[in-house]
Amino acid sequence: MSEFEQLYREVILDHYKTPRNHGLLDEADAVAEGQNPLCGDEVTVSVRFGPGDVIEGVGFEGRGCAISQAATSMLTDLVKGRTAQEVSAMPKDELLEEIGIPLTPVRLKCALLGLGVLKVALHKSKGTPLPEEWGTSSGDITLS
Amino acid sequence: MAEMASTAVPVLDAHRLRKDFAVFEDLVDGKPVAFLDSAASTQKPRQVLDRMRAFYEHEYANVHRGVYRLAERATEGYETARRTVASYLNAPSEKEIVFTRSATEAINLVAYAWGLDNLGPGDLVVITELEHHSNFVPWQYIAHRTGAGFRHIPIDDQGELQLDALEGLAREGNVKVVANNLVSNTLGTINPVATLAAWAHEQGGIMVVDAAQAAPHRVVDVQALGADFVAVSSHKLCGPSGIGALWGRRELLEAMSPFNLGGEMIRSVGLERTTFNELPYKFEAGTPAIAEAVGFGAALEYVSDIGLDAIERHEHMLVEQTMTAFDELPWVRVFGPPPERRAGIVSFDVEGIHPHDVAQILDWEGVAVRAGHHCTQPLMTRLGVAATTRASFYLYSIPEEVDRLVAGLHKVKVSLG
Repeated sequence: MSEFEQLYREVILDHYKTPRNHGLLDEADAVAEGQNPLCGDEVTVSVRFGPGDVIEGVGFEGRGCAISQAATSMLTDLVKGRTAQEVSAMPKDELLEEIGIPLTPVRLKCALLGLGVLKVALHKSKGTPLPEEWGTSSGDITLS
Repeated sequence: MAEMASTAVPVLDAHRLRKDFAVFEDLVDGKPVAFLDSAASTQKPRQVLDRMRAFYEHEYANVHRGVYRLAERATEGYETARRTVASYLNAPSEKEIVFTRSATEAINLVAYAWGLDNLGPGDLVVITELEHHSNFVPWQYIAHRTGAGFRHIPIDDQGELQLDALEGLAREGNVKVVANNLVSNTLGTINPVATLAAWAHEQGGIMVVDAAQAAPHRVVDVQALGADFVAVSSHKLCGPSGIGALWGRRELLEAMSPFNLGGEMIRSVGLERTTFNELPYKFEAGTPAIAEAVGFGAALEYVSDIGLDAIERHEHMLVEQTMTAFDELPWVRVFGPPPERRAGIVSFDVEGIHPHDVAQILDWEGVAVRAGHHCTQPLMTRLGVAATTRASFYLYSIPEEVDRLVAGLHKVKVSLG
């Protein structure tokens, strides 16, 4: 195992144990939730906008495997200060690079759950495009 | 030479057998993979791969109807495999052995070809709470299509069938089908199939046995079980994937409509009507998985040469070792019955840690286990969990791998606990 991979693993575990932006916002402009029935992962994301559709606040709640929860925690750090349009166009690879460790298709679904949910929240409030199908193997992620 | 004592308990030398499996020569981080996922699919020995290669290189053509000698050799290879399956299952005749794509397809064959013509309102299909989806969903679907009722036999907290529920089920309708796996793929429970078969027959129903998880590890004697249909799979028993077999009672198979149509299953075709071939070809439409059948036969011979009694005993020893080690870990909860009533499968939960995270960290330690619902979602609901982590053993599993599993679980606990 490379030193980099070891480092990434520690970062993931840190986000899992001490999630950033944990808890839903009191005054949210949009909320969405999603489930990954394969793992039983659940994530709810709430967003508040400032002027110019800039994401001013973001908070999440959820339960499930470490990858799903840590990835959502990392995502919330990434998107603050960006506009709804920027985030809706954010490629999944940007988040996957942040996660840093190689993931099997099954785990990819866990890793990308939070991003899908956030994009749905942005769609609901700002009409940005819904997340594209992220081409992983069987099992349906439900978003609402 | 001194005679061996006839009471000698058969043993196998897993360290020696591992030399038949090239995968264990590959090192990851300096160690071979601790492959504890044989219940999902097994590794393949050289003997099976060599046989398939030789068949492809020297004996291959399409089967049946060929006039030339090479086609005869191919047919002979394919039909020899069928006889090997028949003998492995103690089937009265190889004409009762139908090659299928998988055990799942074998069960679908029965559900469609027998179920559609024999089920209707007032009838009941009875499955169990610990059934694999493959012996659950086809029956649920055909019951809905035909208007038959769909009921399950519940399990107790140890994962064993509650047979006292049978009396109540019998009062709810005409029990036409009882479907059960001989060994639970999730819990390892060895189910009382012979008892269920006798009960099914008392009710005037048939007994359908999913033996996919049993046949690799213990003797499956279709006559002793008293079953009507038994499904087995090749890839869980050292053979190639893409092939399985259905054994069925001849009179039932004879009376059944065909399942898939076309190819070898036909006797003669006219513009008005078509007549179907005799057993077992009536159920084998299209060019079959020929070399896979030959590989399946070679795998059955490989496993038989080692001996099912020895395999069962070896796996039992590993289960005892695992469960004894887990007893020392208060944060590990094991599902299912005690070792003496389970096959080589241990499903467990690590307190507060998602099974996928358990499996991920174990993978980093080179230990391959399965995490998920194991295609038994109703059972997961009964256990009150979304998923479990499962370790499963086979003839090449060694005690050192159990040690690595236990050491890996300590790392899981330190990392995420």
